[in-house]
Amino acid sequence: MIGSASAGLRGIGARVIDGVWKLGAGARFAGEMLARSGTTLRRPRLLLDALHFIGVLSLVIIVVSGLFVGLVLGLQGYETLKRYGSAEALGTLVALSLVRELGPVVSALLFASRAGSAVTARIGIMKSSEQFSAMEIMAVDPRARVLAPMFWAGALSVPLLAAIFSAMGVFGGWLIGVVVIGIDDGAFWSQMQASVDVRADVANGVVKSGVFGVAVMLIALFEGWDAPPTAEGVSYAVTRTVVTSALAILALDFVLTSLMFTGV
Amino acid sequence: MKRATADLAVGFFVTAGLVALLVLALKVGNANTVAAADGYRVTAEFDNIGGLKPRAPVKSAGVVVGRVDAIAFDNRKFVARVTLRLDRSYQFPVDTTASILTSGLLGEQYVGLDGGGEEELLKDGGRLKLTQSAMVLEKMIGRFLSGKAAEGPTAPKE
Repeated sequence: MIGSASAGLRGIGARVIDGVWKLGAGARFAGEMLARSGTTLRRPRLLLDALHFIGVLSLVIIVVSGLFVGLVLGLQGYETLKRYGSAEALGTLVALSLVRELGPVVSALLFASRAGSAVTARIGIMKSSEQFSAMEIMAVDPRARVLAPMFWAGALSVPLLAAIFSAMGVFGGWLIGVVVIGIDDGAFWSQMQASVDVRADVANGVVKSGVFGVAVMLIALFEGWDAPPTAEGVSYAVTRTVVTSALAILALDFVLTSLMFTGV
Repeated sequence: MKRATADLAVGFFVTAGLVALLVLALKVGNANTVAAADGYRVTAEFDNIGGLKPRAPVKSAGVVVGRVDAIAFDNRKFVARVTLRLDRSYQFPVDTTASILTSGLLGEQYVGLDGGGEEELLKDGGRLKLTQSAMVLEKMIGRFLSGKAAEGPTAPKE
């Protein structure tokens, strides 16, 4: 009885210590990688290839999901607003919820599961097939050559992907609201423009998605770098990337929202 | 060859992202309405502004002609001083009335301008002398109740 309880306690303690250890190792890894990001600037080809691997391949899922989220927002928003006789406010509802929250958050979640997992898998496989050791023998730092370009590509891609997501969502809301249901086109856009502020809403959304991009890329790269060099280790690392990124995105979103949108 | 297609795809991706940002700024947001550069400021003093907020629209005959720029409290006269930024292309006479109105039952509050008959036009830094404050629900109810009380108990109809 006492033995199992103490074993349980010891397990909790070991997990906490492990978590703190990982946090510290992750921070050191992030610092070391960022210090080596000069190579990315000197060789734009590396950044371009990483942008292709990370950004372009996430484009389809972002465009399609953004459209469907907009369509659903249009339908649900209309059903609710209709009761208060203010169906014209649909544009405001769709645009504000997309630009402020859904655009940055959902596109970052999709990015984490599409690109973040791919990054972890690629880094883990490169590690387990000893490609990094080969690079080090050639006096090439894999953090400068492989990881830093991926980091910058991800940090640049997520704001762009979130903007595409929001724009597609607004288009979806317009499709449902104006084309299918028949809300007045002018009222839809003018109410939207009257309530969406470029600096307070659009720019803050871009800042949010930039923060999410940095967080997802740091998690994905560290999990890949830290993964045990076996098939099992890499597959666990991919799972951890998706779970940790999702938690980090949602927690950061709460912090950023309370900083950005609570002032009058 | 493979390099070239990858470059094309990256170029397309970045362009699409920037276009989406531009759409959000111009079509969804309000960057294209009354820019800070063109426009002139006039002030108006109100006894009570209700729930008026900075950036609320200024309308005349239902058309948006400007926005509320700033709201300050005058501690000497105990009134609210509201600065309005009006579009250059709309000119108003000096005896224009500014009133605080509400759009719809649950709508936001805005400033309504009703043009007067003077020849002289408002200039940058001008002041609107005729103002009408926001309706405050409690005051309206209070006035209604005291009016009822003054009438006395109504005799039941026979």
